[in-house]
Amino acid sequence: MKRIEALLIGGLFAAGSACAQETFKLGVVSFLSGSAAESFGVPAVNGAKAVIEAFNKGQAPAPYNKVGFGGVRIEPVYVDENGGATKQVQELRNLYDRDKVDAVVGYVGSGDCLAVAPVAEEMKKFLILYDCGTPRIFEDGKYSYVFRTASHAVMDNVALARYLKARSIKAGSINYINQDYAWGHDSRNDFKAAAAQLFPGSKAQTDLLPKFGAGQYGTEISALLAQPADLTHTSLWGGDLQAFVLQAGPRDLFKRTQVVISAGDHVLPGLGDKMPDGVILGARGAYGLMSPKSALNDWWWKLYEDANKVYPVQAPYRMVQSLLGLKLAVEKAMVANGGKKPSPEQLAAALKGSEWESPAGRIRMNLADGHQATQDTAIGRTKYDAAKKMVTLVDIQRFPADCVNPPPGVKGEDWIKGGFAGAKCP
Amino acid sequence: MGAYAAASFVAWFAAAGFAPWMSIIALFMASVAVAALLAPLVERGLLRVFYGRDEVLLVLVTYALFLILEDATKLIWGANPYFVSAPYALFGNVQVGEQAYVGYDFALVVVAAVCGIGVWWGLNRTRIGKVVLAVIHSAEVASSMGVNVSRVYTFAFMFGIFLAALGGALTAPMISVQPGVSVSVVIVSFAVVIIGGLGSIEGAAIGALIVGLARALAVHTWPPAELFSIYLAMAIVLVFRPEGLFLRVKARRI
Repeated sequence: MKRIEALLIGGLFAAGSACAQETFKLGVVSFLSGSAAESFGVPAVNGAKAVIEAFNKGQAPAPYNKVGFGGVRIEPVYVDENGGATKQVQELRNLYDRDKVDAVVGYVGSGDCLAVAPVAEEMKKFLILYDCGTPRIFEDGKYSYVFRTASHAVMDNVALARYLKARSIKAGSINYINQDYAWGHDSRNDFKAAAAQLFPGSKAQTDLLPKFGAGQYGTEISALLAQPADLTHTSLWGGDLQAFVLQAGPRDLFKRTQVVISAGDHVLPGLGDKMPDGVILGARGAYGLMSPKSALNDWWWKLYEDANKVYPVQAPYRMVQSLLGLKLAVEKAMVANGGKKPSPEQLAAALKGSEWESPAGRIRMNLADGHQATQDTAIGRTKYDAAKKMVTLVDIQRFPADCVNPPPGVKGEDWIKGGFAGAKCP
Repeated sequence: MGAYAAASFVAWFAAAGFAPWMSIIALFMASVAVAALLAPLVERGLLRVFYGRDEVLLVLVTYALFLILEDATKLIWGANPYFVSAPYALFGNVQVGEQAYVGYDFALVVVAAVCGIGVWWGLNRTRIGKVVLAVIHSAEVASSMGVNVSRVYTFAFMFGIFLAALGGALTAPMISVQPGVSVSVVIVSFAVVIIGGLGSIEGAAIGALIVGLARALAVHTWPPAELFSIYLAMAIVLVFRPEGLFLRVKARRI
């Protein structure tokens, strides 16, 4: 009954121009299985489900209150990101060719993003990368049909380094443990370069690159402890990060060195009191416990928490911010297309260079010729709250987008090495 | 499966209000439960059909089974991770020079040694073990000597599953138990078995030591070579001993 209502309302809003039966088919790709499912893929998809349902009922707050996308009901198709880049290329082709989706929003893994972006471009189909971190996608390539609606990993590591500097945390020597693929390498290089700028004379010691999904870090922890540094930087995430914390905690790694995690808020609900106090971490944006106070954020937080009995962290935040941006872009393109469902070219023209409000603050598509977003971020420090039985974040410091993201036309790595020229920090 | 069962058993024990040290017993019970439930099902229901065929086929069938079971764990336990870290803190920390090690890790070394020696002794020094070896050499001759071959198969398989489940259960406290944990184990165990020589317990023990030490050496001295070191060790061994370090003496077939 509800569905029929939604369809009817949808038809009304489309003002007779779009057929009531017509839907906007949206492919949503994220990890539904594998080690990244629990902390990334599943929460992201849960977030997508909650938001798409709210869109289809027209219950999102203004300016997102039109039913579906501009009156056209959204029909999501969920696809598992697990299985490697080759499989994802095939799955993406299937989405466009077989399922005839109008747009795809997806991809957590940097390796997957690097593989699928050229495919969407070649097929001239609309693709939003909602989460993956490697800056190389738009720095080494140029795309017309591909967008990323969240900041890349340069922001995370520059913000971490600025946080350490602002709080005068000792960083004379630094150990590294990152995964052996695009995300791990890029994160390590960016943090290393940022530390060289902000902490001149700081020395990189042990530099470990275990493979993605290793799960057991006994030897690595021994190596990190053999030569304890002031700081230990890691960009491990998901199941790998959980395993690392579980194994390193009892061995006192967190007491011997200040651990800094570039993306760590997503493991806090799961780890609970197993997460040591005093760990400095980011969330790849002002997400979860570090999200700003706003009516939009309150709406989103409640929507997600009611549906999933847990508060939203990085992945669902990045999902909702991409869907909000896509919604406005589709609606803008529909106006340009006389109220009809837009073509990939019209969609791309509408999203390019646009700006919108998200629960985590304003998203601006201002890098890579309007294809790469920047956003504000925040860094905090863990503290277990025994009364609430949850990890909280204290000493939260916010960084505006222009302080921690490179300006348009400058590669992230060059920007860091050039002393953050053009950065606007408070 | 072992790791997941361990997660459930430890959780039940905790819910039932048993003391923390009892969680060790929960780990063992989990492995027994997996072996008792899964082994007869798999052996009687599936593997039986493929006995007598090419061994390669059996490898493919068990690999398929591995993929199916991996998805089955998702059906039963879901995609969310389980934390069974209660037993991990039981043995305290051991300070060795600059480094702190978790006592549980040392306990695992002891358990592994006990299991290895136990299995070796069981196979080579007891009547049942000798019967098992006889069946491996030639099921036909063994059965003509009055051995109930199918029962030996079931028993041996069940014991194997028990040890595998025990491995999973004892690892569970160190990791977050979630889908996909078993894949990396399969690859490393493959290297271990190949280095040691198929069917040799002392070979597997030495193979495991070689692989572990090669990895540790790489991580401490030249981290980028970590993965490569395992295969390098395997390649070096295979150059000199194409069938692995220890090869079980084969019965000559006439």
